[in-house]
Amino acid sequence: MSQVPASAFLALALILFCIGLYGALTKRNTVIVLISIELMLNAVNINLVTFSKYGLYPSINGQVFALFAMAVAAAEAAVGLAILMALYRNKKTVHIDEMNEMKN
Amino acid sequence: MTFTGEFIAFMALALVAIIGGVLLLNLNKVVHMVVALIFTFVSIAGIYILLSAEFVAAVQVLIYSGAITIIMLFGIMLTKPYDDSEAKTGKWRKILVFLGVVGFAIAVYLGIYNFDIKQQPSTLHEDNTMQIGKALYTQYIIPFEFVSVLLLAALIGAIILAKREDKEADKE
Repeated sequence: MSQVPASAFLALALILFCIGLYGALTKRNTVIVLISIELMLNAVNINLVTFSKYGLYPSINGQVFALFAMAVAAAEAAVGLAILMALYRNKKTVHIDEMNEMKN
Repeated sequence: MTFTGEFIAFMALALVAIIGGVLLLNLNKVVHMVVALIFTFVSIAGIYILLSAEFVAAVQVLIYSGAITIIMLFGIMLTKPYDDSEAKTGKWRKILVFLGVVGFAIAVYLGIYNFDIKQQPSTLHEDNTMQIGKALYTQYIIPFEFVSVLLLAALIGAIILAKREDKEADKE
């Protein structure tokens, strides 16, 4: 039996998610926005693993879901960086508020 | 609440994780932000070990603090002339986003602060990797194969997107 209550893990995941959300919405550099999104995905993974142990029926399924989420996050990071490279070659900027081609 | 070793380990890991996140928001140089986030990723791996998920912890160290951080550092270094000026966005927008995030945090925290399910005895810590392997190859075999297709598609897409196009233009 564990001494740390489940709500402590959930609160930690909530704090990390909020940090990632704030970073993704306010930072100007696109790389930092991408890595903030990775932080949010990580917080969700903490929730999944927490409920795989502390849920009403503990089972391995939560950990398997976390592994799938990690695979999707890795693919997203690679494609996001590739899109950033293509944009940087054409526009010579990494600032996310100057990437507004679809606005007009 | 007694101060067992598990509690102390959780508090230390959570503290390092949150400090890494706060440094991500407050540091000035982009490379320093990414390096600060490595601390967060490694301490999240420690959190996974506390939750008896050793295999997920190993994957976390390999994928996040290894691969994704290195990819992000490459992304920063290949887009060389960065100025870290934080102007143009405006103070009001930051304040509004901050208020929104704090409201979201309070709303979710009200839902989880007294989350109390009676703990069930679990066998997750015994042969954790073998359990994950059995689940992946029996119950989750089709999603597992789809993940390989997804990774292949991401690989090809990333190569095509990041490929230089001026050579082809020269040939034509």
